[in-house]
Amino acid sequence: MRALRFLLQKEFRQMFRDKGFTGRLFIAPAIQLILLPMAANYTIKNINIAIVDHDHSVTSQKLSQKILSSGYFKLADYTDFDSRANKLIESDKADLVLEIPNKFERNLITDNTQKTGIEVNAINGVKASIGFGYLSGIISDFNNDLRATWVQPERTNPLPTISVEPSFWYNPLLTYYIFMVPAILVSLVTGVAGLSAAFNIVKEKEIGTIEQINVTPIKKYEFILGKLIPFLAVGGVVFTVGLLISWILYGILPLGNIAVLYLFLYVFLFAILGFGLLISTYSETQQQANSIMFLFMMVFNMMSGLYTPFDSMPGWAQFVSHLFPISYFIDVMRMVVIKGSGLHDIRIHILCVFLIGLVLNTWAVLNYRKTS
Amino acid sequence: MNEIVIKTNKLTKRFGDFVAVDEITFDVHKGEIFGFLGANGAGKTTAMRMLCGLSIPTSGEATVAGYDVFKQPEEIKKNIGYMSQKFSLYEDLTVKENIEFYGGIYGLSNKEIKEKSTELIDKLGLHNEAKKLVSSLPLGWKQKLSFSVAIVHTPKIVFLDEPTGGVDPSMRRQFWDLIYEGADKGITIFITTHYLDEAEYCNRVSIMVDGKIEALDSPAGLRQTYEAKTIDEVFYKLARKAKRSAD
Repeated sequence: MRALRFLLQKEFRQMFRDKGFTGRLFIAPAIQLILLPMAANYTIKNINIAIVDHDHSVTSQKLSQKILSSGYFKLADYTDFDSRANKLIESDKADLVLEIPNKFERNLITDNTQKTGIEVNAINGVKASIGFGYLSGIISDFNNDLRATWVQPERTNPLPTISVEPSFWYNPLLTYYIFMVPAILVSLVTGVAGLSAAFNIVKEKEIGTIEQINVTPIKKYEFILGKLIPFLAVGGVVFTVGLLISWILYGILPLGNIAVLYLFLYVFLFAILGFGLLISTYSETQQQANSIMFLFMMVFNMMSGLYTPFDSMPGWAQFVSHLFPISYFIDVMRMVVIKGSGLHDIRIHILCVFLIGLVLNTWAVLNYRKTS
Repeated sequence: MNEIVIKTNKLTKRFGDFVAVDEITFDVHKGEIFGFLGANGAGKTTAMRMLCGLSIPTSGEATVAGYDVFKQPEEIKKNIGYMSQKFSLYEDLTVKENIEFYGGIYGLSNKEIKEKSTELIDKLGLHNEAKKLVSSLPLGWKQKLSFSVAIVHTPKIVFLDEPTGGVDPSMRRQFWDLIYEGADKGITIFITTHYLDEAEYCNRVSIMVDGKIEALDSPAGLRQTYEAKTIDEVFYKLARKAKRSAD
């Protein structure tokens, strides 16, 4: 074990001598945590709407005003030609067209009913469906206003109505960053700690120092521990920096026990460092390691439930993403930070990630050869 | 000079259809400077890597320091030093830190490491550079440091793979002084080289052509057998037969 002490001393010396190191440790987390939550914002604003008003009545104008004052929509055009509005959709200047037909007000008063048309530019599906949702909400609200003013409220309502009063648990204001920031922190720890371990070993292969190590009587497990331990430390630092930033910038303090988070962090690092190690045993150059890592990071980020709901994937895809340690960590972060879950609630997560880590590390140790 | 420290019998390494090393058989004695000559691609480095326990032979037998290359590569590693073609000290560590690191890895005590560092830095005249990063040293000095680090644990045998490549003649001379000093301490030197004048400094020289050992004798013996004035001439006579192109 004496050799391990010298390996660790060497790794830490090299780490602190590396000029980009402190940058990766502090600046990268700061930048990612400031910028990424902005991009991962699901509240859609600035939806361009064109209103085709064939009616030109007080009611149609009131409706238009209500829509525009909601804050979600920007008026692209106010016209009475269908063709003009359609052109706006074709040229991508409008996301939605609301068509208010002729005799809109009159039909409402006389027939008590009137249809309106909404045309949606669905190239950006998310924007389209959310925009449509907002618009329908505003129109139905408008509808209720009309009833209240036009129809004499009856003493007893002949038609029973069910009204839904939602109460959102854990994140009552549905603030997106409370949901996103903890998950982005996971992606960050994976990037900084897990991947640098792989690059570190491949770099030794490239410059040839690994051969000098392989010709010494050093034990395989000593060498691998000598590479893992420094990055466990780095992972801990990055995670702490990230938690501090999310507290300072977003006021997010974990509801649950912080010790539980750190416990899971180290189980996770064990797994993800094993993965990095495995990649390094299969790559000869940093470019190779880089392209493999890039592929996996893409898949991890897209499939882990970071940006899109995990449960909306088909069953087999959910199974695949259950093989990624990062999916568990994102889940655990959200559970512990937002919901205040404890050790008991995440015991299955710990077990799964530990087993994945065990497989990855064993595979890496078996595949790392001092002799070819 | 009679104790045998390296013994090979029909040692072979194949990569697919390609026979890199083809049934080589030779002995190396304790304290000897054994030169391993050959054109690029003749199989010198592959042969050396097998003896160091870095590469498993395809067939044949070999023992190094009394240990079997197939079964006891880790035992061999305790008893040898190795200096590869590529410079392989850590450029982002200082001279002293490199000595400390390799001393520690080879299991020297703290006291031994301290003594060795002072001794090496004295011998190489690196007092002013001891705390500088290795990357700032000129190549010749790096190679001398590399050799000294390779024998920091006083191994039985040290393997040197083209240690003087790219080094100027006066530096090469100094490098050979270090080699002689090592050999005087009883360390067996196994060296590959391109410089044929260096072959004259060896006790015995083997010449490899296309993976086979074509000649093995003392420099004087080789010159006599091949009726040549220099090892240079011997080498060209043998190398002319090579069919393999240099890689």
